[in-house]
Amino acid sequence: MLSDHELKEIEAEASKYGSRAAVCIDALKIVQRFRGWVDDDMVRAVAQHLGMSPDELDSVATFYNLIFRRPAGRHVILVCDSVSCWIMGYGSVRDYLRSRLGIALGETTADGRFTLLPSACLGACDRAPVMMVDEQLYTNLDAESIDDLLASYT
Amino acid sequence: MEIPLTANIGPSKTPPDLKSYEARGGYTALRRGLSEMTPEEVRLAVKDSGLRGRGGAGFPTGDKWSFVPMEDGAPRPKYLVVNADEMEPGTFKDRLLLEGDPHQLIEGTVLSAYAIQAEITYIFLRWEYRLAALRLEHAIAEAYRAGYLGPDILGSGFGLELYLHVSAGRYICGEETGLLNALEGRRANPRSKPPYPQSVGVWGRPTVVNNVETICNIPHIVSHGAEWFRGLSLTGEGGSKLYGVSGRVNRPGCWELPLGTTLGEIVEEHAGGMQHGYRLRGLLPGGASTDFLTSEHFEVPMDFGSVEKAGSRLGTGTIIILDDSVCPVGMVLNLERFFARESCGWCTPCWGGLQLVTATLESIEAGEGRPGDLELLEEHCRLLGPGYTYCALAPGAMEPLQSALKYFRGDFERHINEKQCPWH
Repeated sequence: MLSDHELKEIEAEASKYGSRAAVCIDALKIVQRFRGWVDDDMVRAVAQHLGMSPDELDSVATFYNLIFRRPAGRHVILVCDSVSCWIMGYGSVRDYLRSRLGIALGETTADGRFTLLPSACLGACDRAPVMMVDEQLYTNLDAESIDDLLASYT
Repeated sequence: MEIPLTANIGPSKTPPDLKSYEARGGYTALRRGLSEMTPEEVRLAVKDSGLRGRGGAGFPTGDKWSFVPMEDGAPRPKYLVVNADEMEPGTFKDRLLLEGDPHQLIEGTVLSAYAIQAEITYIFLRWEYRLAALRLEHAIAEAYRAGYLGPDILGSGFGLELYLHVSAGRYICGEETGLLNALEGRRANPRSKPPYPQSVGVWGRPTVVNNVETICNIPHIVSHGAEWFRGLSLTGEGGSKLYGVSGRVNRPGCWELPLGTTLGEIVEEHAGGMQHGYRLRGLLPGGASTDFLTSEHFEVPMDFGSVEKAGSRLGTGTIIILDDSVCPVGMVLNLERFFARESCGWCTPCWGGLQLVTATLESIEAGEGRPGDLELLEEHCRLLGPGYTYCALAPGAMEPLQSALKYFRGDFERHINEKQCPWH
């Protein structure tokens, strides 16, 4: 069931659009912000609220890479694997993150602290290599700076 | 040298709030446009300015607007959508405008909406641009309170609602009809064209989609006129341009320069040339979906026509440098993996072809390439080229590949003949 907070936020967004269903991506993001990810029950709940079929909504949910249909960690790392970062050392950043966290791309640490995901170009190519943790961008990455910044997320 | 787009932006400058934006002359173009110019006159000024879209395709903005139905019985509401979904690999110019001067974008948006008499505007922003989202939200609220947005703007009788739509990922949302589907809450598959969005756009209504940098030019054209704008450029095409350089140069960054500044000046002077110990092998002049050029093209003016004559495209104007420490095959593989992943999956040549291209490049890079592989790749450059797909993703993906096969053919052949990557 959608919470009152979720319903209120969804309705506030819905007034922006020319159709009821158009708010569905915002709605999925709202649910995800409250719950960390979007499970099957929530797909059904949002679909019902917006007058869509669950399958129709799931076809949208599974299209967008920032809607998580599997559980995610408390913090999500988006590491840029596009061309400028690749040239400037994406490979070592990825390898360092993988060994430091003990997980592969697409996985979540056993303690639920981090999910590690590859990302399309993050638009900070003059400061490559870069990544985001949650809403924060980190640039000119190296092993030392990664250690420091990871330590600030609990 | 005039830098109208970035006059308020710099490392030592904070993004202007409404008061300081106004103190620097902000919103005078809007006052002037709404009180002294008809929508038709704004459209004419933009057409005469020669402004070409800054999102990558370079379509003349005045022409794009000219297809919007302007008669009294035109379908309503009409929409203007600002494409702030910057995700072309190697491109980081709109971020500068969004974070650095959000009111400039809002002023340009209102003037552009006025020109085509749109009632509703969306700024379609990628989720990852969090700082831009915060600053835009703040600036939009300020603009509403000051009466630059909402009903009856500045007593002109013209009203506009502006909404910020924050997206949820996927490169294909930057394609203008894919973007419209995303805005409608659908999968962002591009639409078949025609009909074009100007007649049948979002929710079936007339819609114009313009890039952030394009829109930011509009207040300056309205303030200073088409002739002034054409004079900003070093060549026949009007305006200044945000150019960027990433890769192993001394000063990677983004600069506003006259349109038509040469490739060599941008790389050697503004980006400070190659870092010590690295040699330039090639470059993509305008993002991932443009053809490689080399240092032999340093004399080429970076405008739409000249770069096209040199065999590539200006694209987004942000240059990606391939240096000699990096394998060209590996770089092209990185690009094609990106395009294969970001394909929406609708057109068979795109999803199927890009997977095959990527797999072929993977085997070459792994030292398992076979004779005939390069011919297979060349054939796909043709089969995934223009004319076989709904949108430009696959044709764009073939541009760096086809030119890499031309300029770095020896490197591809070495991988196959020596059965390994010489850089590993």
